[in-house]
Amino acid sequence: MTTAVSYPSRWRAPSIFGSPGRRLAFWALVAAYLVWSLSSLNIDTARIIAGLPRAWTILERMVPPDFSRWQLLLTGMVESVQIAIAATIIGAVLSIPLGIAAAANLSPRPLYLAARGFIVVGRTFHEVIIAIFFVKLFGFGPVAGLLTLAFSSAIFLGKMLAEDIENMKPGPVEAIRATGASFGQTFFYAVVPQVLVKTLGVLIYRLDSNLRHSTVIGIVGAGGIGQTLSASFSRYDFDFASAILLTIAAMVAFGEWFSDWARRRLR
Amino acid sequence: MSAQVRAVAGSGVPLLAVEGLAKVYPTGKKALGGVDVVIDRPQLVAVIGSSGAGKSTFIRCINRLVEPTAGSVRLNGEDIVALDRKGLRAARRRIGMIFQEYNLVERLSVMQNLLSGRLGYVGLFAALRYRFPPEDIQAAFALLDRVGLDGYHDQRADALSGGQRQRVGIARALMQRPELLLLDEPTASLDPKTSRQIMRLVRELVAERQTPAIINIHDVALARAHADRIIGMKDGLIVFDAEASALTDAALTRIYGEEDWSRPQDADDEPAPAAAAPGSLSLIS
Ligand SMILES: Nc1ncnc2c1ncn2[C@@H]1O[C@H](COP(=O)(O)OP(=O)(O)O)[C@@H](O)[C@H]1O
Ligand SMILES: [Mg+2]
Repeated sequence: MTTAVSYPSRWRAPSIFGSPGRRLAFWALVAAYLVWSLSSLNIDTARIIAGLPRAWTILERMVPPDFSRWQLLLTGMVESVQIAIAATIIGAVLSIPLGIAAAANLSPRPLYLAARGFIVVGRTFHEVIIAIFFVKLFGFGPVAGLLTLAFSSAIFLGKMLAEDIENMKPGPVEAIRATGASFGQTFFYAVVPQVLVKTLGVLIYRLDSNLRHSTVIGIVGAGGIGQTLSASFSRYDFDFASAILLTIAAMVAFGEWFSDWARRRLR
Repeated sequence: MSAQVRAVAGSGVPLLAVEGLAKVYPTGKKALGGVDVVIDRPQLVAVIGSSGAGKSTFIRCINRLVEPTAGSVRLNGEDIVALDRKGLRAARRRIGMIFQEYNLVERLSVMQNLLSGRLGYVGLFAALRYRFPPEDIQAAFALLDRVGLDGYHDQRADALSGGQRQRVGIARALMQRPELLLLDEPTASLDPKTSRQIMRLVRELVAERQTPAIINIHDVALARAHADRIIGMKDGLIVFDAEASALTDAALTRIYGEEDWSRPQDADDEPAPAAAAPGSLSLIS
């Protein structure tokens, strides 16, 4: 009968693999996958090598950037900014009912499921794919771009709003309800104050990302500076294209700075 | 205020008559097993009992934040359980509620929180612009002064201490000019000194406004010191109901089970109860 207790002095955090054998198997699989995927992609080294000098020619022709057609550039730019701002506003308005419907703690079960389903399906498609679809429906031009970004903004903002509403404190809502307030009053007195600041932050973020998206979706014909860019590339106007790219970069940087500045000021 | 006075002096209809009140939660948990309580005069009624005894369920069934499974709750003769949604909203205006976690809207100012006690009386549009009748504004300033927060009206609620927040919570409930006050562990998040101050305030307000109050509390000493009447609950049933002075060690044993009640009380004996978990939160009903 030993009464002396000897506690172990060695302890290691449990490995996520469970056992050394499984760890070995895991890394072997990773290596095998890498080899297989690289070999199956048919990476043609000859084509890569042939492309490099071409890249050099294009780059050479891009400098100096040609700002002589600045009116065309400005028109496209203004159109992009307008698309982004209008799409953010329309998307924000649409996102309010969507967000409420998609919040499990406010919305009846069937409505909640329908709204969540809509959001999941809507988020499946990238902006560019939606833009292609809207261009097919409404033809080339800014209307397709506006609708694209409004639609995807509504989905994004609606999802964020729903999440914020679900994460709010239930106590204040219950307290306002207990005073005999109606649904609308409870919403504006207990829900809105809890989610407003965060929602505004998300909104500003979305404005910034719409600015970026608005330059991209133009490439598939949905208006704005992207459409000008795509046209200049297909006409081998590389010096004008580089002017456009520089302008886009400047605007995106400004948008990012503005978004950070505005969100920092929120409290 | 005249409503209760009439009820007391007049027809003999009790201020509050709870009969056979029962609650079975969707989980199958029988939290309230048929409770009868009559309050016939403005008094401070403390409900004591172990954690899980059903105190919160009882108080929440009165204003139907929790929907009772059976029974009736008559407030000045009107059965709240039988009301439709619109009638329920009207009845809730007449019942003020005060919570353990204060449940103030933190980003709003003290004045905005107080005025939310009047929401039942203004339309949505007026509420959105904070257009409340002048007498409401005046009542809010008077109440702030009464609870000791004169000059705090433009402070944001999240800038206040716990005790101050609970004072705002009390003032918000009183803004309703309630016929009944429900308090669910109002001192459980406060330090002992602040707890006593809050209890004293509640007791004074009950007397001043001639409004009966039901207060859930797990601190037996506080209940003894301030309540007129004590109800003891155990496993969803009332096992004691008498004036505070009648709470003997034998009665405590009936409520809490075996324990040496003569030992000096150790405040840290029991963990603070977790915040009440209201099931699914819905703005409607
Ligand atoms: N929403 C709920 N769903 C299921 N069971 C609950 C719910 N709320 C409370 N209960 C249960 O009902 C019983 C009484 O709870 P409660 O009224 O909160 O007691 P007390 O306030 O006295 O601590 C407890 O066993 C608790 O677990
Ligand atoms: Mg409780």
